[in-house]
Amino acid sequence: MKTALKIAWRFLTASKGQSLLIAIGIAVGVSVQVFIGSLIGGLQVELVDNAIGRNTQITITARDRGDYVENYQEVAGTLEEAGLGVKRVSPVLDASGFLRVGQDDYPIQLRGFASSNADSIYRLTEALVSGALPESGQVALGINLAQEAGIEAMDTVTLATPRGNTRDVSVSGIYDLKTAALNSRWVLTDIALVQAAFGYGDVASAIEMQAEDPFQADQIAVEMAGLLPQSLKVDDWKAQNEQLLSGLNGQSVSSLMIQVFVLVSVVLAIASVLAISVMQKSKQLGILKAMGIRDGSASVIFLAEGFLLGIAGAILGVALGLGLTYAFTRFALNPDGTPVVALLVDPQFIAISALVAVLSATLASLIPARRSARLDPMEVIKNG
Amino acid sequence: MDNIISLKGINKIYGSEIKTQVLTDVNLDIANQSFTSIIGASGSGKSTLLNIIGTLDRPTSGSVIINGTQTTRMTRSALARLRNETIGFVFQFHYLLPEFTALENVLMPARIRDGRVTPEAMERARELMRLMGIERVQNNNAAKMSGGQQQRTSIARALINNPRIVLADEPTGNLDSDSTEVVYDILRDINERFKTTFLIITHDRRIAQKADRIIEIRDGRIFLDLPNQLAKNIGEQSA
Repeated sequence: MKTALKIAWRFLTASKGQSLLIAIGIAVGVSVQVFIGSLIGGLQVELVDNAIGRNTQITITARDRGDYVENYQEVAGTLEEAGLGVKRVSPVLDASGFLRVGQDDYPIQLRGFASSNADSIYRLTEALVSGALPESGQVALGINLAQEAGIEAMDTVTLATPRGNTRDVSVSGIYDLKTAALNSRWVLTDIALVQAAFGYGDVASAIEMQAEDPFQADQIAVEMAGLLPQSLKVDDWKAQNEQLLSGLNGQSVSSLMIQVFVLVSVVLAIASVLAISVMQKSKQLGILKAMGIRDGSASVIFLAEGFLLGIAGAILGVALGLGLTYAFTRFALNPDGTPVVALLVDPQFIAISALVAVLSATLASLIPARRSARLDPMEVIKNG
Repeated sequence: MDNIISLKGINKIYGSEIKTQVLTDVNLDIANQSFTSIIGASGSGKSTLLNIIGTLDRPTSGSVIINGTQTTRMTRSALARLRNETIGFVFQFHYLLPEFTALENVLMPARIRDGRVTPEAMERARELMRLMGIERVQNNNAAKMSGGQQQRTSIARALINNPRIVLADEPTGNLDSDSTEVVYDILRDINERFKTTFLIITHDRRIAQKADRIIEIRDGRIFLDLPNQLAKNIGEQSA
């Protein structure tokens, strides 16, 4: 074994140029893996974050249309303590009404939040363009609505219910949730104001929350439904966003496909180069066999060569891939100086890529290794 | 004296469609500690005979008994071990590994046997290289030595595991006549000192006559087999 390793090492170092070339071949494959993986990983995270990370992922509502969640504080408390893997539990009371500015009425959805968790779900603080989040008795408007109605922070506006009740409130700030539909319809406030303005008791229309792992949301929802009274139903984002989900899946699958093809080309490259190397070294192998090296040890020489080349290629490839990734975040920039895609450097993924490269290089050397095991010394020593 | 090599009814046929019979009914016993030379024209089958004795090649029929062991049905791995421990080869072309130094080449059979270089093997390698007069080039790359140095290195390599048999196929084929004389003297010396059996193919009758026994192969058969009384007589007269 040790002898075979020593011979493998010497064979590799004796033809440095060739060995380096093979290692670089493997390295290019690994670096493409690392780069594409980081790129797609980053895209995925960004997309998930934008699409579902700034939104409710599990929502509890009353089963019957028009009904409300009555003991919402209690339910919220239970959910937070149940250890279901949910966070940012936020009861909300929604009501449709109008924003009256002079002679004009703008249709709005008044959202009364019961907890600061809503800020964490929708990242409201981040979304503020001017002013502050609403305190008790205040509202925050979306940027589209504010522009349309010509309202600025600290102005006073009138809320009107469908039944004709009105109430003057002050505008604490203007937000931009990056979605026009929300920016022109949502008016954010606290739950007490909605309850009072619309004449509801101490009720919520929904309890919103996020899951620790958004992709577990459907399973959590099922578990949660079992804990809650029959009068409440649980929805999750996955059931409601099939298109998004299939898009995300498509991205994962295409990323996997790219990686598999890169891998296949790396394996083929190593196998063919090592196969040529066996031919080159067949004379040496014949001599070694004449001197009594076992067929097994002879094949270990080439397995070891594949393994060593794999390690060299993996190290080189990871360095190259990280370099590429760094360069990409450094030079592919948006006009505002942020990277086009924030890449995700996942050490586990990189470790797996490197490991796969080493394994496949070793695997690729199996064919030449078998050939070298079968080589007959007489093929080399024919001189009479 | 015991026979260390015994061939019985050896036939060797090459090719499956066009058959070429290279060896025909060869029976041969080689005494332990003897120094035998094999002569014959090129294509006579002498190298094939040597390769069959060395278990590098298998006969089409007949049996090869080395050191009391029937080799015909041995596994490849058992044969590898037999070659490593019992037989040393010197080929016409030195067949050194160009990736290794002279010393590493000499040590290679010992490394294959022990899995590492033992201090004893190292000591023996240095002694053999001293004996061969190549201690100064021991750290040279095998490819960067003169033909004579390379051939002496390959002889030292054949002897490193202290084999009972050394098979040499025109070991001095590429050397000038002075070097040839020196190499044969060394081989004879080792034959006497370590009691190693030598079987040497040569086309040089002058050299062949230094052996204890001369075997001539012609057309795949043993044509002549005589104890070299002439050589002995000359030796006795000069004494």
